[in-house]
Amino acid sequence: MTVPAAVEIIGVTKTFGELTAIEEMNAVIERGRLTGLVGPDGAGKTTLMRMMAALMAPSRGRIRVAGCDVVAEAAGVHQAAGYMPQRFGLYEDLSVIENLRLYASLRDIGEDGLDRTFERLLHFTRLEPFKARLAGRLSGGMKQKLGLACALMARPEVLLLDEPSVGVDPVSRRELWGMVQELSGEGMAVVWSTSYLDEAERCDSVLLLNEGKLEYAGPPRRLTARLAGRSFAVRGIEIDRRGALAETLELPDVRDGVIQGASIRAVLREGASPDALAAAVRSRGGVVETVAPRFEDAFIDLLGGGPGGRSAIAEKMDRVAASDEVAVSCRNLTKRFGSFVATDDVSFDVERGEIFGLLGPNGAGKSTTFKMLCGLLKPTSGEALVAGHDLRHAPGDAKLKLGYMAQKFSLYGLLSVRQNLEFFSGVYGLARKLRARRIDEMIETFELERYLGASPDALPLGYKQRLALACALMHRPPVLFLDEPTSGVDPITRREFWTHINAMVRRGVTVLVTTHFMDEAEYCDRVALMYRARVIALDSPDGLKAGTATPDLPEPTMEEAFISLVEAADEEARAAA
Amino acid sequence: MNGTPTPRRSARRRLGALVRKETRQVVRDPAAILIAFVLPIVLLFLFAFAVSLDVQGVRLGVVLESDAAEAQSLAAAFGATRYFEAVPARDRREAAPRVVAGELGGFVVIPQDFERRLAARTGDPIVQVITDGSMPNTAKFVSSYAEGVVTSWLAGRGGLAEPPVSLAPRFWFNPEIESRRFLIPGAIAIVMAMIGTLLTALVVAREWERGTMEALISTPAGIFEILLGKLVPYFALGIIASLGCALVAIGLLDVPLRGSWLALLAMSSAFLVAALGQGMLISALARNQFVAAQVALLSGFLPALLLSGFLFEIDSMPAIIRGITYVVAARYYVASLQTVFLAGDAWSVFLPNMLAMLAIGAVFFGITALKTRKSLD
Amino acid sequence: MITRLTAQIVKEILSYLRDPKSRMVLIGPPLVQLMVFSFAVTLEVDNVRVAVLDQDGGRWSHEFVQRLDAAGFVREILYVERPDDIVELIDRRKVLAALRFPADFSRDVAAQRPAAAQVILDGRRANSSQVALGYLNQIAGDIGIALARARGTEPPEIVVRHWFNPNLIYQWFVVPSLSGTLAMLIALLVTSLSIARERELGTFDQLLVSPARPIEIIIGKTVPALVIGTVLASVMISAGVFVFSIPFTGSVALLLGGVMLFILSVVGIGLTVSSVSRTQQQAILGTFSAAVPLVLLSGFVTPVENMPGWLQIIAQANPLTHYLIIVRSSFLKGGPPADILAAAWPMAVIALVTLSAAIVIVKRNLE
Repeated sequence: MTVPAAVEIIGVTKTFGELTAIEEMNAVIERGRLTGLVGPDGAGKTTLMRMMAALMAPSRGRIRVAGCDVVAEAAGVHQAAGYMPQRFGLYEDLSVIENLRLYASLRDIGEDGLDRTFERLLHFTRLEPFKARLAGRLSGGMKQKLGLACALMARPEVLLLDEPSVGVDPVSRRELWGMVQELSGEGMAVVWSTSYLDEAERCDSVLLLNEGKLEYAGPPRRLTARLAGRSFAVRGIEIDRRGALAETLELPDVRDGVIQGASIRAVLREGASPDALAAAVRSRGGVVETVAPRFEDAFIDLLGGGPGGRSAIAEKMDRVAASDEVAVSCRNLTKRFGSFVATDDVSFDVERGEIFGLLGPNGAGKSTTFKMLCGLLKPTSGEALVAGHDLRHAPGDAKLKLGYMAQKFSLYGLLSVRQNLEFFSGVYGLARKLRARRIDEMIETFELERYLGASPDALPLGYKQRLALACALMHRPPVLFLDEPTSGVDPITRREFWTHINAMVRRGVTVLVTTHFMDEAEYCDRVALMYRARVIALDSPDGLKAGTATPDLPEPTMEEAFISLVEAADEEARAAA
Repeated sequence: MNGTPTPRRSARRRLGALVRKETRQVVRDPAAILIAFVLPIVLLFLFAFAVSLDVQGVRLGVVLESDAAEAQSLAAAFGATRYFEAVPARDRREAAPRVVAGELGGFVVIPQDFERRLAARTGDPIVQVITDGSMPNTAKFVSSYAEGVVTSWLAGRGGLAEPPVSLAPRFWFNPEIESRRFLIPGAIAIVMAMIGTLLTALVVAREWERGTMEALISTPAGIFEILLGKLVPYFALGIIASLGCALVAIGLLDVPLRGSWLALLAMSSAFLVAALGQGMLISALARNQFVAAQVALLSGFLPALLLSGFLFEIDSMPAIIRGITYVVAARYYVASLQTVFLAGDAWSVFLPNMLAMLAIGAVFFGITALKTRKSLD
Repeated sequence: MITRLTAQIVKEILSYLRDPKSRMVLIGPPLVQLMVFSFAVTLEVDNVRVAVLDQDGGRWSHEFVQRLDAAGFVREILYVERPDDIVELIDRRKVLAALRFPADFSRDVAAQRPAAAQVILDGRRANSSQVALGYLNQIAGDIGIALARARGTEPPEIVVRHWFNPNLIYQWFVVPSLSGTLAMLIALLVTSLSIARERELGTFDQLLVSPARPIEIIIGKTVPALVIGTVLASVMISAGVFVFSIPFTGSVALLLGGVMLFILSVVGIGLTVSSVSRTQQQAILGTFSAAVPLVLLSGFVTPVENMPGWLQIIAQANPLTHYLIIVRSSFLKGGPPADILAAAWPMAVIALVTLSAAIVIVKRNLE
């Protein structure tokens, strides 16, 4: 008897009214493998996941999961598959163990050996110490692990994970990843949808979706291999690497480019020679060398390349007047909530024209520090100054120096896009004529024209992010605060976003950013790594990487550096105890 | 490892788990506690003390234009009754602005030639009663009780024989005609409508909002199990609340329970079926807490307050609105509650009412099941 | 500052009115409710069924029943044979009242002896049965007067005048009261959600880092709600005048002032609830917990004078109590300025206290 494939997708189309979410898709997902489902926003990843979980019926075609048809035998699918939705359905007012018990009963796990199963899952997810804690009070990473434990309850044949690593810090991400790999080693078919391309690169196989069409299926290596000889690094740039990147991206042969610490990584068009690139960066002291391609290079290339390097919005901005003042500074900043210390004695200065990154695992105190700097929270002790002002007591005009982009792109969903722009320009007190001009500029730069009448809630995530940035920039602030500005946004939109940020920094704007994406940390001039309410490291990205290099790992990635610094801090804490 | 559980056994287990989960959430949710326990008590006491239809002690101006002994005696009669708080005046120009200002519910004028009119029997009015018609209910009360005072004063001084035709009234079930006794059962109906409709609508809408519904649906539990798993705890909560309210009503608020607890339970259960069904339907359609709360308020709370016949007589409403009241489950519940508290067990009243409530519930659940198909399409 | 304030006011108004659905929620239900409730909310008694057990069968019991049949409040008379039938009919709520004429009723009347008929009333519906008893007594009294006239004696007469509303039309009372109650509910709901919603969605932080000051934020949220509440109340007042033909005898300007002060104080309450709520759900429950006592303690359902003293004092802190005095006075009583002012200043105090509280709480967010 032949065992059927874990998932067979045969000629599937899914439409919502006019909109086609998935078009004529054929694919097979094998057992004992980790299959990545990748693609930009709105590519149809979640729709496909829901169809595989038998929550939605295909408009045309068939899907069979573990041999069961998702329409005719939905009950069988629900038995065979474990599904973890994007926002996993944990009950926040139930404890960890109560959530486990609930899903155990719902999935028909016999009472015998139930305790052993729980023990195994809790051990596996390292949640044993938090058994009795309410799920609502777990950190983001722990919530995802608990969600995974619930989905694993019945040892499903097929495990469907919809963006399990969004909003999860690198340490937890690595743990999650390890767990899932172990499971696929046991013969389970795991489908992991993600917008992190470093994750996709490590999958056994990927399905790459774009605009509802399957663009590639197979091992990521094979896709990456197509790029051999087209990926380059520009090292040794002495002056203005952001300017170098902008110029590089404008070259006709360059498909993609990003900043990596002090270097630039570029992907060239097929068959193009690197001479033009070398010529362009020579004046800044840059030297071009060939590097091994990554999956991300191939991904961007497959989707038609990254955006250009010019930012119309930054070009219209005046240079921020040069002055010696420190843009942002905090001195011995401490915040306690009852007995809990959220931020402990944090001090740093951010200079004008610098991109300063705040990194750290969930719950490390990044957001608390951020909020104190913005004047949204009162420090227990210490002080936080922006452009020399304590924003809590500052007069309204001092707040004009600050632009703020909140987590989750907080926009007014009840207002249209244009009305949002009008509101933010008004609330920052711009005069009527100036307001009209700025709004037109923003609409033009961020290509918001076709969405003007729509509600921000209805926008694709990428456009929502553009709109949020447009609103934060309306008054041309010299200091910009970005709280997880690219969370959940696909790589192409992220590149576009950083093009604007880079261009503005070159005009003297100061940027303070928190992020989970390690490749974004590379854009920063300096990074403060926060862990357990303290700053455990503060250096340039290259400095951080170099500091954690070992003979085994001579060239750690940003993520590896992050993890080893956190582990070292844990080690130190254990030694002290 | 788990053998082969029979389908029925595993369905039972799943249901048990869902019920346990929901119960834990209720116990931990301050909002649920507020709706199920705090608001009911506040409401009951408000209805016991703030809403009273027993008019008494209305401030009534007594304009005494005559100094005669007979006139003085009538004025004193107005002062003696517990229905009025007499405010003496010499001149109607003194009383009139106070009626306009709302300080007096009205006034009586005992005219200068009161004795002459009384003796002459010419048909000239002996007393004039002015009421504040802007409050029709109070106005009616003032006019009829003022007339009553004059009539009994006349009878007392022998000026008038007993009326040739009179009525001997008897109020069954509530001889002291205390409004609290019939308002409190109505208040219980409102409390139950709130728990059944508002709380359920909010809770289910929250599951949709937080995405937990999606996770539940992807498990082997069927939609009926999921809905039933929600119903059972809220049903229990409703029953506990109704018993609690009944105990408060009987113990603290002095309302008698003349019928049986069994009948009370049966009627409450039937009403809860309808109210929970309504809450489920609202949340299945709204899937958003704000809209759910608004619809629950408009379609659950306000009709229970205004169209159930507990404050305002259904018979007196225009035909269209009377028609609407037939689909308001609270109407049947209020009638049953008033009977079970004040009259006793009358199954001839209860059974048709129960049937009506169950039928309304069945319709709600039917539509809910149709609307909540087991998919996200 | 003017620019900032305008931007906020425009934003609030748009967030209520841009979406056709929320526009409907704001305007539709209150008007439908006004129509439904102004007919439903009546303490009058109409259309009732009465049972008659005539053990007399003589001239005077016939006379009584004839007059009863002609009376406006009766829909149907059910004639029964046995006392047990009365028990059955009352128990099953088939009739509100039952009349029993004893065997010697007509004989007593003819012999000029006091004759009494028994009335049994459903005490479960005590209010309606009391009103019905009033009507029945009226019939008995009319028969008495007719008898007296027939015998040549004129009984002493008492004249009753109902000022402001001579026919005691209940809608003249209900519609003005509803204009306040419904406008209050909408203003409360709109404002109590406004801060809580922004907080839940994160836009509140966005607002706090902008140059807008707490007092501007509160003003920005107050003005639109004030406009919406005032417009709604005015529409309903106009409906009272033009649809229900209720005489309006007071000053439009004074009433408008009263409406605005009233809505302002309600907005204050709503914003205070909203500023302490962490989530929209809390705000909804908070509104609900506030709205029920506000309605019940206002004198709309039953007069404030009927309440125990301590509750009457609490009722003074309720803006609706004062507004109802103003609106009734303006419609029916000519609305003397002194009376309007006396009811207006407590609302001004409530508005001042609650709005300052909201500002202080929003400020504390920044501490």
